[in-house]
Amino acid sequence: MTPTIGKLYNEPHPDETRVLTWRFGKPNSWKIDTYLADGGYQTIMKALQMTQEQIIEEVKTSGLRGRGGAGFPTGLKWSFVPRSSPKPKYIVCNADESEPGTCKDRLLIEFDPHQLIEGLMIAGHAMGSQHAYVYIRGEYRFLIEHLNGAIDEAYAAGVLGENIRGTGFTFHVHTHSGAGAYECGEETALLDSLEGKRGVPRMKPPFPAVAGAWACPTLLNNVETFSAVVPIIRDGGAKFLSYGVPKSGGTRLLCVSGHVNKPGVYEVPLGMDTMTFINGIAGGVKGGKLKAVVPGGSSCPILTADECQNLPMDYDSVAKIGSMMGSGGMVVMNEHTDMVAVALRIIKFYQHESCGWCIPCREGTTWLKKSLQRYADGGGSEADIDIIHELAKNMLGRTFCALGDAAAMPTISLVTKFRSEFIEYLKKPRAVHQHELVGIH
Amino acid sequence: MADLINLTIDGRAVQAAPGTLVIEAAKKAGIEIPAFCYYEGLSLQGACRMCLVEVEKFPKLQVGCTLPVAEGMVVHTDSPTVQQARKGTLEFLLTNHPLDCPVCDKGGECELQDMVFRYGVGESRYIETKHHVDEKQWSPVVYFDAPRCILCYRCVRVCGEGMGVNALGIVNRGVLAEIGPNEGDHLECDECGNCIDICPVGALTSGIYRYQTRPWEMNHVGTICTHCSGGCKTTLGVRNDQVIRGNNRDRSGINGEFLCLKGRYAFDFLESEERLQTPMKRVDGKLEPISWAEALELAASKLKDAKNPGVIGSTRTTNEESYYLQKFARQGLKTSNIDHIRTGDVTTLIDALSGKTDALATIGDLYTTKAALIIGADLAQQQPFMAYQLRANWRHHQSHTYTITPGPVREDQYSVGAVRCDAGKELDQLESLRDKLKAEASLVIIYGDCVKGDGVRKLVAFGDSLGIPVKYIPLVDYTNSRGALDMGVASDLEPGYKPAAKTGLSVAQMIAAKDLDVLWVVGEDPLRGKDLGSTSAFVIVQDMFLTETAQKADLVLPSASNYEKTGTVTNVTGEVQKLKRAAKTMGAKADLEIMGLIAKEMGLNLGIWTPDKVFDEIRKTVKGYNVPLPVVASGGAAQSQPVNGRVPSNYNPAEIDSDDNTLFTSGTLGRYSKIMNSVMEAPGGLYK
Repeated sequence: MTPTIGKLYNEPHPDETRVLTWRFGKPNSWKIDTYLADGGYQTIMKALQMTQEQIIEEVKTSGLRGRGGAGFPTGLKWSFVPRSSPKPKYIVCNADESEPGTCKDRLLIEFDPHQLIEGLMIAGHAMGSQHAYVYIRGEYRFLIEHLNGAIDEAYAAGVLGENIRGTGFTFHVHTHSGAGAYECGEETALLDSLEGKRGVPRMKPPFPAVAGAWACPTLLNNVETFSAVVPIIRDGGAKFLSYGVPKSGGTRLLCVSGHVNKPGVYEVPLGMDTMTFINGIAGGVKGGKLKAVVPGGSSCPILTADECQNLPMDYDSVAKIGSMMGSGGMVVMNEHTDMVAVALRIIKFYQHESCGWCIPCREGTTWLKKSLQRYADGGGSEADIDIIHELAKNMLGRTFCALGDAAAMPTISLVTKFRSEFIEYLKKPRAVHQHELVGIH
Repeated sequence: MADLINLTIDGRAVQAAPGTLVIEAAKKAGIEIPAFCYYEGLSLQGACRMCLVEVEKFPKLQVGCTLPVAEGMVVHTDSPTVQQARKGTLEFLLTNHPLDCPVCDKGGECELQDMVFRYGVGESRYIETKHHVDEKQWSPVVYFDAPRCILCYRCVRVCGEGMGVNALGIVNRGVLAEIGPNEGDHLECDECGNCIDICPVGALTSGIYRYQTRPWEMNHVGTICTHCSGGCKTTLGVRNDQVIRGNNRDRSGINGEFLCLKGRYAFDFLESEERLQTPMKRVDGKLEPISWAEALELAASKLKDAKNPGVIGSTRTTNEESYYLQKFARQGLKTSNIDHIRTGDVTTLIDALSGKTDALATIGDLYTTKAALIIGADLAQQQPFMAYQLRANWRHHQSHTYTITPGPVREDQYSVGAVRCDAGKELDQLESLRDKLKAEASLVIIYGDCVKGDGVRKLVAFGDSLGIPVKYIPLVDYTNSRGALDMGVASDLEPGYKPAAKTGLSVAQMIAAKDLDVLWVVGEDPLRGKDLGSTSAFVIVQDMFLTETAQKADLVLPSASNYEKTGTVTNVTGEVQKLKRAAKTMGAKADLEIMGLIAKEMGLNLGIWTPDKVFDEIRKTVKGYNVPLPVVASGGAAQSQPVNGRVPSNYNPAEIDSDDNTLFTSGTLGRYSKIMNSVMEAPGGLYK
């Protein structure tokens, strides 16, 4: 079913700071004429007056950190691309949004595709690149068509193509469809997939900045990151930084789901208090007291209600208590949530998505899934909890890419923070376990 | 060297060149870092996670097979954390592994078994069901048992990177990921079996070896492949006088681990029901079995009475046999009518190179040369080991390869200059590559049978004009084609390229001659599709099979194959290597023994006919064959140094013709190998 384009999924909240999403909800916000009317494609003209160094400096000033999950400082990443290389440089936009709980990039593409295109152009100018590839997950087929429409508009309006508006700047944007693999959201697997190969991660170094797409210098960022570049250049990096906190500049799109009264995607300043967000913008916990929060997508270690108290949502504060801001996919769970079911659901996803390249992830996720399934079906014992914990530890930090960690971290946090619940679970009669028995075949 | 990097591994000071991987630096220091997916010479994977090591100042364990050494690095390969990580990895590996070691071909020589034995835990905590998929057959020689596979991707890489075939890939993902063949359910490839050989576990198994034996029940006999002229060592697994397996897993030969279908599987002709096991003589137009004593007496009497005999030698028999045969002909039978079927023009090359030293390349040079030029040969089909060497050279050293061929060849995948032309017009295309070739630092020119006679002189003149060091490889077809010529089984040349005192009849002339009274054919099939001109000639044939020539013979003597002999053979690049007897076939005798016995019967004194004694004589008397005995005796390869001087010859170049074998044919012998026929007939057929 193709979603209806242009219908807001949730009402904006007055407490949001709408820097990237300010045009969401405007009539035909995805059309180039409304974008131009709102001052669109002025920022690239401004950027073209700036030197590459100035743009990179501005991005550094903004404190922008990668919005895809790892939170690497964007300006620093941009400075790693060897712009003097004789090879062509590529801009690659990661729109393979697949982290469970995350659904922001689709909105940025849906409601403001031209902001993304303009962000790509600014990055293109800053890197000396003429081509951008937007790698969109295959499940977002409707979005690919939607973005292609916007790209066509941009070409027709003369803001993409050769010698744009007589500036001498040439830039092309291409879309590329993923084929349903979570792994292809990992930047090097994405590049392999983009090149037409099997989507498995590459060895690093070399990092994509040096040898990325077709072994050429490549700047790879998330949709939200590229979109944020537009307000940064338009209003200045300092302005963007000022929305957030010093080491986590700007705003970020939080996708809140689960047991809240107002699930949805909200743009909030980084550093906002977690409980203020949940109880305010998200409308409070639904159906009972708060039990746990996944702060940034299912790969992040889960936080207990206690840990969420007085927790500013910025990269460093969340990291300090052992979790991550990740991709902004916040899942809120109330007191009635069955944590064994949560652990099983999460591991099922990662088991299904493990690409199979390396042993600890391929075999580890499968073993964990089978053990948790058995546990959930009532066939577990207390010893299983320790084994599950240990297996996840055997994966942690030992896999080829971060997928293994993504599976191990939530599992470890669940069996340690909610161990008593796991033990309690054993005492329930088997008949209570209503979990669907799903084999792996 | 001042630029060596200093690091510490397990408390030991180690020096290594920049760029060296930690796993290699450790190996040089005598410290094993276990790994499955790491394989010297193939691309890095970092997939198996067996080689995780602790490096100080790194927060996480590091992958020893992808981490380059750095100054001051402190590595621990045996710390409790590392030991625990290995245990964890092996425990993971065994979760879905069927642990069917008792019936697995690999049991006893399995890397997974060895690793678990050394680094693993004694018991598994895995109590879930195992993931199972049924075994598949991909070709007559390749079976795949996915549950045993640990996905180290060695097979994928040796096929793609090593062979350039890319017949293997990965299908599905996660725990369902498995190796898959290029044609969906079957392979279309070289059927070389390198994937099977390189597999650390029993996932890929050989169609002819599987379930035959336990590895420790075999004796392993390193000998030289009897098919093409590459001179690959094949280590034959022998049990109860039966050859069960061929490989070169110990990488002891010039070919390293490489073997093609022929060296790996095509020993099955030994067991063919068509093998001759008793001498036969023609009685009333039909060949009837007779005793060896009668046969030898008959052969001796016919040869003794011969007034105008002809002798045709073989391109597969040993140097000793070739040498003894020409001695027999020249001294015993007092005839100069001795020759063999020539498949490449070596003679003219040696003449044209007169006065030059170091102008004949070895196969090893193909891995080190900066550039190679292939003229009129499809190496992947005809000289697969050379193709492998050149490709490895390109992969590892970015060497340049040029081709001038009538059709596309596999080297085109990476060649820097591929010229197409009509067959026979190859040399006309040399000039088009002149500028590029002049810029190379060194060059090896490989040429097929399209370059012969004056063409060879033209080619050498071209090589001289480039002003760079040029070496040559004249291609010949069979395991001892080169040796037959070196040993003087030639109408125009005596051993060591000494001009014959009197030029005798060539093979074609002998067949055409009306007045031969005896024709003695040793291990050759010259009458394939032809009739002998002299209808009255008494034809004696020594062969393993009733070939077309043997069918026309008056006396057939069953001979042993090279796998049933000792002796030496000389490969296409003049490297002398030792054959070791692996098996024996009842009733058949080695050609040298047959010749010796005939000589004895005739009362001739041609010297002692044991291989060692004849080889001694060769080393003393044949120019260029004074090769270091310890090298040859210990299974090494020693390049013979052919005479450096003029080699006058008026041999008709038209008689020099390659059999143009493919990977799946091997002259007359190949027709008796069921495995070669089966891969040709199987879906997939010959991969081009």
